[in-house]
Amino acid sequence: MPKAILFDAFRCTGCRGCQVACKQWNDLPAEDTHNTGSYQNPPRVSADTWLVMQFREVENGDGLKWAFGRHACMHCLHPACVSACPVGALYKTDDGPVLYHDDRCIGCRYCMLACPFEIPTFQWDQGLFEGPEIKKCTFCIDRLSAGMEPACVHTCPSGALKFGERDELIAVAEGRIREHPERYLDHVYGKDEAGGTSVLYISPVPFEKLGLPELGPEPIQEDTEDIMTKATPAVLVGMLIGLGGIYWVVKRRQEMMAKKGGSGGSGNREAPS
Amino acid sequence: MIRGITLRRPPISPAWVVLGALIFLALVVAMIRYASGLGAISNLNDNTGWGLWISFDLLCGVALASGAFITASIVYLFGGEQYRPLLRPAILTGFLGYLMVILALMVDLGRPERIWYLIIFWNHHSVMFEVGWCVMLYTFVLALEFSPLVFERFGLRAPLRLIHALIIPLAIAGATLSTLHQSSLGSLYVILPDQLHKIWYTPLLPLMFWLTAVAVGPAMVILESTISSRVFRRGLGLDLLGGLARVIPFVLAAYMAVKIGDLAGSGELGLLAEWDLESGLFWLEIMGFVFLPMVLFSLPAVRQSSAWLMFSAFLVVSEVVLSRFAVGLIAIGRPEFAASYVPHPLEFAVTIGIVSAGIAAFGLVARYLPLFTEYAPSSAAE
Repeated sequence: MPKAILFDAFRCTGCRGCQVACKQWNDLPAEDTHNTGSYQNPPRVSADTWLVMQFREVENGDGLKWAFGRHACMHCLHPACVSACPVGALYKTDDGPVLYHDDRCIGCRYCMLACPFEIPTFQWDQGLFEGPEIKKCTFCIDRLSAGMEPACVHTCPSGALKFGERDELIAVAEGRIREHPERYLDHVYGKDEAGGTSVLYISPVPFEKLGLPELGPEPIQEDTEDIMTKATPAVLVGMLIGLGGIYWVVKRRQEMMAKKGGSGGSGNREAPS
Repeated sequence: MIRGITLRRPPISPAWVVLGALIFLALVVAMIRYASGLGAISNLNDNTGWGLWISFDLLCGVALASGAFITASIVYLFGGEQYRPLLRPAILTGFLGYLMVILALMVDLGRPERIWYLIIFWNHHSVMFEVGWCVMLYTFVLALEFSPLVFERFGLRAPLRLIHALIIPLAIAGATLSTLHQSSLGSLYVILPDQLHKIWYTPLLPLMFWLTAVAVGPAMVILESTISSRVFRRGLGLDLLGGLARVIPFVLAAYMAVKIGDLAGSGELGLLAEWDLESGLFWLEIMGFVFLPMVLFSLPAVRQSSAWLMFSAFLVVSEVVLSRFAVGLIAIGRPEFAASYVPHPLEFAVTIGIVSAGIAAFGLVARYLPLFTEYAPSSAAE
């Protein structure tokens, strides 16, 4: 069964322990940071920061209230990045994590475009000899394979993060909503979004306020995969037969006209369009 | 045997010095990029991973190179033997166009030394996989279609006969591969249903990219012929260009119908009344760069004037540039992380250097290889 992480925005205190734990466990260097007018720092995930807590101020009836969102790889059940990667450098494991073969990547960065959560990041400061890579959360695959939970979940002091089997966590999330309907919106984000994700959210404020995109239940690569697996072979075969046919017909007509005594090649015009 | 055109001008003219300097500058920038990474010479970032090079050098570059497959199809497959004088320059423009795209990718790709991994690692769900394969194969087809110029120059009869025997399958393969990757450049963006502005997003992007590539093919042949007739002081087959131009209004009309029909079908015509950047681009494209050249190319007076032909062809080229930038860069909304990308001056330097290399290569081929076959039907194997 796929593993998952449940993020409870009601329980989150915005301590950023998860963000720091992620850096420590994965040996990621500190970033040069700047004051952008927000506690949120750095402003987004990068090659050196795989998890960024979102600090949002939300109007809540009686004034502004903090809302905290978690921005890191969602480990989709049907990942667009995996579908987009031309060389299969990104891949989905049965246990849930979406992982990366650094020895396959050609650095085309289509994954960065394709991801609806804007997660994959690139090492912009690495030259040819260092070999730049795509970087993102690995679901702490090294910890998972040793039977431990991800570093972010392990460090969370308020119980906002919970690790477990995906279907069990969905039940937990729905249980919390049922128990405290006054605390939560009646929706588990990630249960169905983009075909389902391995990071699930419950929240007291609308999910887009936490920085999550509004997505339908279909994987976003549905149309491109149809184009690749259905339209492309049809166009390929159709073009070969069609062009071959046109060539044959035109050639025969020219031969017939040449036979009739007309000068060959003068009577033809290019087909419109 | 056709003799190469030799120019009676000094070998080093100011134009060559300027082209050489621009190419050298781009080479220096590329070296910095290989030493210190893409961040050192570009404003590309994690919000905007694809910038000027993808929108201009790849998307526009491939579309503007479509004259080769259009002309080859007309001459070899559709019985347009009279257009043969336009063929060699069109093939060369296309071939150089694809080489320029590959040069740009050698800068833009994070791991350019691994570009050949496309051959050994397959993911047939990825549109990029199709783009990569078709561009690779079609560049090879173009190299073969171009090779007679080299064989003729050096009097190699055997390979010339081989290419002559293969030319019909090559033309069919070229048109098929072109259709596949011209359209799949549009399919690349079909994976962005939520990020691309509604006016510009449609699952029909591949059809639209293909139609505009077909329209711009003859337009590029017109531009390339009129410009090179001036630069190389050659005669211009105005009747041929006028004949080629007759195709363009049909294709533009089909594109306009698909584009407006698609917006009507998804009930998004109302968005065109909102006066914002995306709708402004739409109106500029449809009125200025689709409808206007469609009307112009329909007029016999326009088709008989080299200046008007050039101007109308320039409008169609503008259409391709505008629509590729709109889809590739401008209309991609990043709701959370406001788009903050403006190309770095050194990104322009790379693009300008690559275009200069293309122009220089065209000049060299025109000077040393039998590029221009005059109006007399050629007796040499083609």
